[in-house]
Amino acid sequence: MLVVENLQVSYGQIKALKGISFEVPQNKIVTLIGSNGAGKSTTLRSISGLIKSQAGSIKFNGKEIRNLPAHELVKLGMNHVPEGRKIFATLTVYENLEMAAWTVKNKKLFKERVDEVFELFPRLKERRNQLGGTLSGGEQQMLAVGRAIVTGGNFILFDEPSMGLSPLLVDEIFATIIKIRERGATILLVEQNAKQALEISDYAYVLEVGTIPFHGPACDIAANPKVKEAYLGI
Amino acid sequence: MGKKIFFISRRMLLFVAGALGMLLLVLFFNATGIFTDYIVQIINISLINVILAVSLNLINGFTGQFSIGHMGFAAVGAYTSATVTTLIAKVTPRLPYTEFININGYIVFILALLLGGIVAAGIGFLIGFPSLRLKGDYLAIITLGFGEIIRTIFNNIDYVGGPRGLLGIPKFSNLIMIFVITLLSVIAIRNLVFSTHGRALLSIRENELASELVGVNTVRYKITAFTIGAFFAGIAGGLQAHLLQIAHPTQYGFLYSILVLIMVYAGGMGSITGSIIAAFALTFLSEGLRTALPGLGDLMHVKIGDEWRMVVYSLLLIIIMLFRTEVLMGMREMKLLVPEEEEHHGQHA
Repeated sequence: MLVVENLQVSYGQIKALKGISFEVPQNKIVTLIGSNGAGKSTTLRSISGLIKSQAGSIKFNGKEIRNLPAHELVKLGMNHVPEGRKIFATLTVYENLEMAAWTVKNKKLFKERVDEVFELFPRLKERRNQLGGTLSGGEQQMLAVGRAIVTGGNFILFDEPSMGLSPLLVDEIFATIIKIRERGATILLVEQNAKQALEISDYAYVLEVGTIPFHGPACDIAANPKVKEAYLGI
Repeated sequence: MGKKIFFISRRMLLFVAGALGMLLLVLFFNATGIFTDYIVQIINISLINVILAVSLNLINGFTGQFSIGHMGFAAVGAYTSATVTTLIAKVTPRLPYTEFININGYIVFILALLLGGIVAAGIGFLIGFPSLRLKGDYLAIITLGFGEIIRTIFNNIDYVGGPRGLLGIPKFSNLIMIFVITLLSVIAIRNLVFSTHGRALLSIRENELASELVGVNTVRYKITAFTIGAFFAGIAGGLQAHLLQIAHPTQYGFLYSILVLIMVYAGGMGSITGSIIAAFALTFLSEGLRTALPGLGDLMHVKIGDEWRMVVYSLLLIIIMLFRTEVLMGMREMKLLVPEEEEHHGQHA
């Protein structure tokens, strides 16, 4: 579904991605793990069009999408759940979901998706009239995920969904990611929490200062002694 | 989503009726001599300031950008429209040697006003581009620089009077003319803000990244905000030039831009009602101090000169900001300006 080849991104003089290649097949969960500064978020941000890349190719359903603006990619079915949630703090939960339906013109479809979100996260339903900024971190993350469901799109990029959440909530968010995959979505997950990310993923790429030294099926990567030492702390 | 057009809603009719009622009251008081022409002139200037403040609010308050060169757009509108009426068409409000209203002259004036708005909008479109890369203070500096550049350009074009200013502009702006145009501008901006497109502007203010990720074309909307804001500023500038009968480079300086900015902030970022109230309040305050200060001085048997006016004015502004951090309206609107469907803002059963 997504094929990235030799992607290069620089911030001024600094090369953040030195030509990485990977692919995300249809209906799979693929994870990018790596330490701080490895370029994980940069990879996601250049795929979803938030930042410009200098070279390489990003093919989405066979179409070259490198450096298309973010709002165009949303229409193509690309959906990015950003790091730090980025919800609309002064809008209510329901308004946040309405805003997420910016590209959804069909009201019935919107209602269906909102119901789906509320079914997935009953907590959001209880708090639908509460301002987004007053939600707890976990609820905000649920809202961010819910927003992605309303926006639709069958390809979802998750940037650190477990950031700042308690272990119990992390489990819940990961369980939701699996549910979203069961609904037919394809997922590219970026995580610092490598252990849990590898547990739910099909395939994994290890990112190290702008390059990919290892990749393989998630269970192989989890068993790789070097990965164990560097990222799993075992 | 699907919203009734404001023009035919009950609230809109009430709003227009209320505004027209106030106009009639002012006209009546003027005719009976309770309001002198001086007071009416302050009302005229207040109304023009309303257009300036509401249009700046669209850029700063609703879209969350930071523009402080708003009078630059007004200058473009003023000089463009005045050039058409004064230098090219040479029209006057009344037919020569008679008391008859020159209808053709007024048509030229309205077209000139629109042209001024459109040219200002064109400039606003260009100024919108830096806003794509810059935020906050840096954008403010760019817009400030732009305002000064515009002023300097007019200062150096001899055709429009250069540093002498463009003199002898026919007095087309009168209370009714200014009132109608102000009302239309407020309604236009209000309708924009409560439309789907208005939602996009608000979402950019709330969280630019998130709005981009839900598919809002932030580039287009930011430029649109600047373009539309500049259009109305241009109209206001044109009205003002045809009221004061002069367009002078110093009129459009940094200080006036800041004054408009203060109206937006004092009234409340993202509140049209607040901008309207603040525009009137600050214009009247500034003028009122002219008589109030010497009067106060007489009471205390000291002489308080006009030079103290700005000191007291600034002091009052500081007091407003200190004691009302939510400022006049915060983000609230008067009920008449809110569509009925919006009453239960974001509430979902």
